[in-house]
Amino acid sequence: MSAEAAQTQSRPARRNGGQRRGRLPHNSHARSGGLAPYLFLLPAGLFFGLFLLAPIVYAGMLSLRSSRVQGGIIGVRKEVFVGLANYGAALSDPELLHSVLRMLLYGSIVVPVMLGLALLFALLLDSQVVRFARFSRIAIFLPYAVPGVIATLLWGFLYLPAVSPIRYVTDRTFLPDVDFLGPRSIFGSVANIAIWGGVGFNMIVLYTGLRAIPSELYDAARVDGCGELQIALRIKLPLLVPALVLTFVFSLIATLQVFNEPQTLRPLTNTISPVWMPLMRVYDLAFTDNNPYGAAALSVVIAAVLFAGSYALLRASTKRVFQGR
Amino acid sequence: MRAKILVKAIPALLGVVLLLAACSGGGSKSNGQSGSAAQQSGPVKLTFWTWATNINKVVAIWNQKNPNIQVTVSTPAQGDALVTKLLAANKGGNPPDLFQAEYQALPSLITNGVTADISKYVGSIQGAFTDGAWKLVRFGSATYAIPQDFGPMMLFYRADLFKQYGLAVPTTWDQFAQEAATLHAKAPKRFLTTFSGHDPGWFAGLAEQAGAQWWSNDGKSWTVAINDAATQKVASYWNGLVTRGVIQGQPMYTPQWNKAMNDGTLLAWPSAVWGPAVLAGIAPDTKGKWAMAPLPAWTAGDQHVGFWGGSSTAVAAKSKHQAQAAQFAAWLNTDPQALEALVTQGSLYPAATQGQSTPSLQKAPDFMPNQPTFFQTAQQISASAAGFTWGPDVNVAYSTYNDAFSKAVQSHQPFTTALDAMQSATVADMKKAGFALTNS
Repeated sequence: MSAEAAQTQSRPARRNGGQRRGRLPHNSHARSGGLAPYLFLLPAGLFFGLFLLAPIVYAGMLSLRSSRVQGGIIGVRKEVFVGLANYGAALSDPELLHSVLRMLLYGSIVVPVMLGLALLFALLLDSQVVRFARFSRIAIFLPYAVPGVIATLLWGFLYLPAVSPIRYVTDRTFLPDVDFLGPRSIFGSVANIAIWGGVGFNMIVLYTGLRAIPSELYDAARVDGCGELQIALRIKLPLLVPALVLTFVFSLIATLQVFNEPQTLRPLTNTISPVWMPLMRVYDLAFTDNNPYGAAALSVVIAAVLFAGSYALLRASTKRVFQGR
Repeated sequence: MRAKILVKAIPALLGVVLLLAACSGGGSKSNGQSGSAAQQSGPVKLTFWTWATNINKVVAIWNQKNPNIQVTVSTPAQGDALVTKLLAANKGGNPPDLFQAEYQALPSLITNGVTADISKYVGSIQGAFTDGAWKLVRFGSATYAIPQDFGPMMLFYRADLFKQYGLAVPTTWDQFAQEAATLHAKAPKRFLTTFSGHDPGWFAGLAEQAGAQWWSNDGKSWTVAINDAATQKVASYWNGLVTRGVIQGQPMYTPQWNKAMNDGTLLAWPSAVWGPAVLAGIAPDTKGKWAMAPLPAWTAGDQHVGFWGGSSTAVAAKSKHQAQAAQFAAWLNTDPQALEALVTQGSLYPAATQGQSTPSLQKAPDFMPNQPTFFQTAQQISASAAGFTWGPDVNVAYSTYNDAFSKAVQSHQPFTTALDAMQSATVADMKKAGFALTNS
């Protein structure tokens, strides 16, 4: 209720320029405050610098270095400056391109299916026709509380032919056998785990957005002759766009960061290679090849793409969705 | 070695919990005493990173006997994960004094300056080991660790099912292939064994038997030969069996594999001396049904086999007490009392020849009561087992194995292509790191 209401209330104030006029005395007041504001900022700034900026800077430095062997047949590794060589290696790695393509395929399954289901469930729960709404809401949300690794192990057992109860049933009936871990079906199988875990969370976000819509709008719509379906499509959906954009961005970021599910599923099957997804490549570089320098370079690349992508998306959507109307 | 890790995971995890509790108390004390004055007056304190089961019980024997050299055990990780932690600790300047290292990890630890050359402390104990075992810890003209346990390869098979299907125990790989075909014709849902694209150590052991030498050096430069004729022979052989569908192409150490080993879907397992402990964990219903025979040979009568798994005890280059650490490592792996304790408490198969005939290895393994001569046979096999000279980037070769062989099995590509991928990735990595190479 509150978020949407606050937004609609603050809009007129912003338009008539009241804020701008009000801001001037505040600013001059802050300037005269001397050190005080900086002191207040210090704790947060310190932690931000120590635990966010410093590691990023360190990763940036590492990414420009590498280790080279000197002396003797076994020799000793020394850290040397190599410039942008690690970036060159990361970007020219054919495995990285393949893993990005696999990630896009995976994302193209996860994002629409997960958000579609979340939206459907949220609308159903918000409509007045559904019974056991409370129970359903908790039941759909529950998988989100299961840690990704455990969820993957759980699904892994369902996928493996020899231990799968699904296979047990198809073997004993006329139903066709399904290979969940085949070269193509693996995308659906991994996506399924993410969808299973993510629908509940997104549903709650969307449902909360729906509850924030003033019920007078529905009354007005009903007076105008709208049915439940029309209310959903013409009132709820347009007002839900900000929440949808938010969940969309979250899902995109989650897709770029996909790691837990394939990494946990990997030991069970030939289908998932150690570098199946971009982040798995980072892990492989750092902890299998013992090449933290290359891993740092690739991390910087992925972080840059992630940052640029989310920024562009949010900027575009903020303009259109939050202010443009 | 992964096999052992899995079997030992639960007790080791318990151990970690206990040790963490112990360490949190002990760590601060040793830090406080690191001043030079305290070191001279008090006993020397050594830290030992290891994941061997119940090793703290063996260390307790030493601590009781040697009040002046006290060893504290810690298990921060296992296998490759411990190597990663060692590299990080070494960079941070606080590595342990001693650590457990798998043989193939030693070269990488040496080039990263983690492992100390302990030749001058341990030269005299070479005679306690077979040549094959001692070669695993020698690089160039220096000794970098002391062999602890090893895994000479051998064949485990379901004696009961072999009898049921009229299969003979194969002595050559040709015969093994024939038995695989015979079995599959008689029982299409059973397979003689599986080819795992996830176990490079297993494949390396098989290649060792065929006479491969993946890495070699003439003292000046390295030669990498992962796709040499011997390894190609091994790869093509297994490729043929998988393609014909007479064996599985599924990875080992999965719930699926456990079930297949337990319910008789798989009838044989080319493995190593530690096999019974793994089988006891994953296939408890088959106790007493497995038997062990020497690994099939490429030419009849050839007794030479390779290793799968095993590890050594090494001393850190940054340890302030290398002499004492080497003294402890030598005791741990050659002293009769220590060996007996390693065998009974840790279920290790010791690399020291004397350890292989300790009293507790005179009877059959618990899981294979049907084979009282198990360890006598194992010792005969061990005597003629020999491995590679491991190169400095086994991690890269192994990771490429996982990737390339999994793909080859999955998409029916020739295994020799996967070998070429291993070769080129390994050569490229060594070249990039700056090693002198004869490969172009």
